[in-house]
Amino acid sequence: MKIIDCPLNGPRNAQEFVCGGEVRQEPSQDAAIDKWADFVFLENNLQGVVHEWWCHVPTSYWFIVTRNTATEEIIATRRPDEFFAGLKQTDGAGSE
Amino acid sequence: MPLALLKYGFRRKYKGDKYFPAARPLKDTYDVVIIGGGGHGLACAYYLASDWGIADVAVLEKGWLASGNTARNTAIIRANYLTPAGALFYEESMRLWRSLAGELGINLMYSERGHLTLAHSDAALRTSRWRAEVNQHLGIDSELVGRDEIAKLCPEINLSEEVRYPVLGALYHPPGAIARHDAVAWGYARGAMHSGIEIHQQTEVTGIKKHVGGSIELETNRGSITAGTVVQAVAGMSSEVARMAGFKLPIRSIPLQACVSEPLKPFLDPIVVSGSLHVYVSQSARGELVMGGATDPYPLYSTRSTLDFTERLMASMLELFPFLENAKVLRQWAGIADMTPDFSPVMGLTPISKYYIDAGWGTWGFKATPVCGKCMAELTATGKVPDLIRSFELERFGRMEQVGERGAAAVGH
Ligand SMILES: Cc1cc2nc3c(=O)[nH]c(=O)nc-3n(C[C@H](O)[C@H](O)[C@H](O)COP(=O)(O)OP(=O)(O)OC[C@H]3O[C@@H](n4cnc5c(N)ncnc54)[C@H](O)[C@@H]3O)c2cc1C
Repeated sequence: MKIIDCPLNGPRNAQEFVCGGEVRQEPSQDAAIDKWADFVFLENNLQGVVHEWWCHVPTSYWFIVTRNTATEEIIATRRPDEFFAGLKQTDGAGSE
Repeated sequence: MPLALLKYGFRRKYKGDKYFPAARPLKDTYDVVIIGGGGHGLACAYYLASDWGIADVAVLEKGWLASGNTARNTAIIRANYLTPAGALFYEESMRLWRSLAGELGINLMYSERGHLTLAHSDAALRTSRWRAEVNQHLGIDSELVGRDEIAKLCPEINLSEEVRYPVLGALYHPPGAIARHDAVAWGYARGAMHSGIEIHQQTEVTGIKKHVGGSIELETNRGSITAGTVVQAVAGMSSEVARMAGFKLPIRSIPLQACVSEPLKPFLDPIVVSGSLHVYVSQSARGELVMGGATDPYPLYSTRSTLDFTERLMASMLELFPFLENAKVLRQWAGIADMTPDFSPVMGLTPISKYYIDAGWGTWGFKATPVCGKCMAELTATGKVPDLIRSFELERFGRMEQVGERGAAAVGH
């Protein structure tokens, strides 16, 4: 995982990116405190295929990386709109 | 002499004891099952027998004895933490460490070197002063020292101002120590086994079920077993095992790498840490420099090594010790650290009754092996959370309460 294919900038050195954590559904503003505590602190931390927010730091560009945390393989990199449109069709994967 | 030794070796009378008693078959049920045969699981087993007389215990280890982070850590032991809860907890561990070799009957090579945390910025100096104040208030030997004292304590450090980040001062912790990590695990394992506790290697927990009657069923690669009480101590695999039990943890599994140099003539007395440069180093009894830094930049369940890590680490090492430019790196490795958002552990109760957790030890848990084992054994035996670990309960996150130790644990493990 030395090169990441950024949807905006093309293939770039992995050192130019930071991982922003799993893609998750944010609770509504008036959700109970335990819902918020869960969202802020608890992690799925899955060993396997995950969808995550990553940022290309020099251009401040956020996008979605699908990668395998057991094998360190990158499976796909997508623009957020592309990713969430795909989610609506397949319904579910990556939500939570 | 060699002939006499040979004759001695062949005499029946002097047959040596086996270090560990022979392994026994896995039973169907135990009072207590400990998942994870690292230092923490083994210490808990040992104290269950020695402090509470509980010996119907099995430790299940998926690999070989203490093959996880216990075998991979850089063995730094200290108590100069930032929060009162943290500092008091680690200070109690240091008290236990000092008499541990005698108690376990094994040479732990516990060696008090002094521990220097270098500050290269005003912000770092401020944190050092803060830590020194908290520490002194709690009776922990810890103080802020200036450049002159650093030069006396460790003349090898490059104190030149002609570098990117000149050293401004340091937090000095005289009792800071290192120990032989494998011996810690072997000592606890032997002590536990001699009390009748079973340690099963190559035994992986693959599923967990809570029964209506209260007992807990564990599926393993060697069949399923039933436990009255379960203690989970699996470090980097904490989230995966907790998922089997049905709850989530505030943990990300992130690799932490380390490496050693070829053996060099002894020159470095104290353990030296620099948070700003992301490097720490001590010299082992063999003369190898044991070096590491902060965790990898993203979560991962793989113990591969990277060149990025060594490259960056060596740049910092050479800023502190320029005369090492020709020294070679001998070995490099990684362990999967179970990182919490506040750099403090998670110990105690879980949403499942009689299922206790010992996790979130990230990059700093080796030093806590004795005290954590003792507290988890007390919790298992009495069902009551000992005062010393109450602040570290899983529930704290539900109340948005953290035990913030980032300033004391991000690089100096
Ligand atoms: C490179 C590195 C340097 C470090 N440096 C320091 C330091 O200087 N000072 C310090 O205090 N700490 C340090 N640490 C942290 C320290 O090593 C750990 O916090 C500590 O060893 C944790 O001990 P443990 O017994 O909980 O975990 P481990 O020793 O990892 O034991 C957990 C065991 O559980 C087993 N297991 C996992 N899943 C299962 C399953 N499903 N079924 C059965 N068994 C399972 C694993 O095989 C493993 O043996 C460092 C860590 C690393 C990686």
